[in-house]
Amino acid sequence: MSSQLTASAGSPQLLTLRGINKSFGAVAALMDIELDVAEGEVVAIVGDNGAGKSTLVKVLAGVHSPDSGTITFEGQEVSIPSPAAAQHLGIATVFQDLALCDNLTVVDNLFLGRELSPLRLNEVAMEVRAWELLKQLSAKIPSVRTQIASLSGGQRQTVAIARSLLGDPKIVILDEPTAALGVAQTAEVLNLVERLRERGHGVIMISHNMADVQAVADRVVVLRLGRNNGDFRVKDVSTEELIAAITGASDNVVTRRSAARSTSEETHTS
Amino acid sequence: MNAKTQPTPGALALDLQDERLQDRTGLRGQYKAFVDRTRSGDLGVLPVIGGLIVIWTVLQILNPIFLSPANLVNLAMESSAVGIIALGIVSVLLVAQIDLSVGSVSGLAAAVVAVTSVNMGWPVWLVILATVGLGAAIGWVYGQIFNRFGVPSFVITLAGLLGFLGLQLYTLGARGSINLPFDSPLVYFAQLAFVPLWLSYILVAAAAAGLFATDYFHARARKHAGLSAMSLQNMALRAVLLLVALGVAAWYLNQSRGVGWMFVLFIALTLILNYLLKRTQWGRSVYAVGGNPEAARRAGINVKAIYTSVFITCSTLAAVGGLLGAARLAAANQGSGTGDVNLNAIAAAVIGGTSLFGGRGSAFAAILGIIVIQSISSGLTLLNMDSSFRFMVTGVVLLLAVMLDSVARRSRTSHGRA
Repeated sequence: MSSQLTASAGSPQLLTLRGINKSFGAVAALMDIELDVAEGEVVAIVGDNGAGKSTLVKVLAGVHSPDSGTITFEGQEVSIPSPAAAQHLGIATVFQDLALCDNLTVVDNLFLGRELSPLRLNEVAMEVRAWELLKQLSAKIPSVRTQIASLSGGQRQTVAIARSLLGDPKIVILDEPTAALGVAQTAEVLNLVERLRERGHGVIMISHNMADVQAVADRVVVLRLGRNNGDFRVKDVSTEELIAAITGASDNVVTRRSAARSTSEETHTS
Repeated sequence: MNAKTQPTPGALALDLQDERLQDRTGLRGQYKAFVDRTRSGDLGVLPVIGGLIVIWTVLQILNPIFLSPANLVNLAMESSAVGIIALGIVSVLLVAQIDLSVGSVSGLAAAVVAVTSVNMGWPVWLVILATVGLGAAIGWVYGQIFNRFGVPSFVITLAGLLGFLGLQLYTLGARGSINLPFDSPLVYFAQLAFVPLWLSYILVAAAAAGLFATDYFHARARKHAGLSAMSLQNMALRAVLLLVALGVAAWYLNQSRGVGWMFVLFIALTLILNYLLKRTQWGRSVYAVGGNPEAARRAGINVKAIYTSVFITCSTLAAVGGLLGAARLAAANQGSGTGDVNLNAIAAAVIGGTSLFGGRGSAFAAILGIIVIQSISSGLTLLNMDSSFRFMVTGVVLLLAVMLDSVARRSRTSHGRA
């Protein structure tokens, strides 16, 4: 495994996973997973459906506990038994389903679980902070006192990402951040990811979109059927190589299809 | 964007800068916002106020005594015990759970009050402490069963309904009825303690001044931070409206015996619960758990602790309601907390606008709802109709309230409001 790739980058390691296993009944979702994230590094995790990406994210977010394996965070071996523990460590996660409360307002959702002055909520300070944060992200949200239920998909994604930044996390995990977004909002999210890197956060980004991955990531980790199947520097890898790693051996439906096309082109040209 | 640091005159407030926002400032804007909200299915207290006007008009036409000060004083006193139980129901409904055993728990509390104070001669403070502790313990057990075994709250509390009714009968013993002595402070509090005339007006003025001060300091803090704030004119209007409404109510009740301390206790508990729900982290968590438990859990909220705390709140308030019910009746018997207490408390919470689907409602729902329920009850009693009619009418009103809630919920969904 090419995890030494990152050691050459020079920045200190934030997060190191070794030998992570997780099964659901008879199904092994993760087998012997390794992952490294350094400060100011954007690591994309790619893989087909059922490759274990979401399970890995949930392990890091404290939603699932791994069956075995070690998690090292800032040089210390840690366990992440609950979402609160993950937050406390400095791992913020934006889930694909965003996990927002529809019946609460934007401000309420941003500060959910970490309200300012718990015994006498400081609504004014929270609202000001919310506006500042949303302005930094150039977010297009008309009012922070509207309920989440009345926002569009892109606006909800923005709120969810903004929320992950409030705790000033060391690592931000984005699960399919651009899946439901329009062109401009996708670009906005990618800019945001780069801003996170500049600020020294480690970013773990899960994506199906190779263009997004190659646009913003430093390193790509490929998962396949619950195992590591490659760890590439983005600038050294082509889309074809990535797809080969994602789909497995070179003999599969995608390569067969492209092979068939190229042979038919050859026969046409000859 | 320097509006935040230096709010220059004429510059728009930080929260009003988006060009898509329509002007909703001033009284006119507020009226428009209110119409928008209502049309999209966010009805608030509108249906219950409307319903109350209809019910009071009809009952007053049928029996002119109904709106007399004496009857309204009675109505306020009768509302308090069940109203306090309804407060607990509101908090349980907010997390989309239910407690069907509040009637039995209040009956058990009544039995415990009677046995400890009459048979065992405990001092009043110890009786109160024991009753409140009993309620809290029951709620804690519900919470543990709910969290550990995942039994639906509906079933747990249905078992509680039967179980605690049995415990109540066992506690009361063979005679089945224990009278509280009339010189007991509890009985005095629930039957004869009224706010003195002068104090009632001072309380009214204090309430209006309190509302104005809260609004004023809130607006000042918002303006200071560069956010839009309520206008002074608006604040004054709110305070004066409250002053007039409460003042007229107090004056009218003072034509008879006045405002009972027990009703004041009910209002005070409502205000405390309202503060806890709206202004503390706990309350925000309660709404979040009611809206989306998974999102709440991922936000780091201890969802299980929230469920437990809410069950404890509900059972404790049910026990307090039972204590006051026993004091008002000056007795605990096999009928305490049975019959319509359970359903009245739940109906009051729902009629007052608390959603059965969780995450919507406020503590004030209990006051408005219980006044509707007690009005029907009191009016039909004045018309010499027995409990058979009362049950039927209350049943219909409850059904109407839930139907309204369901229709309003559908409308909210289609208008993009949760």
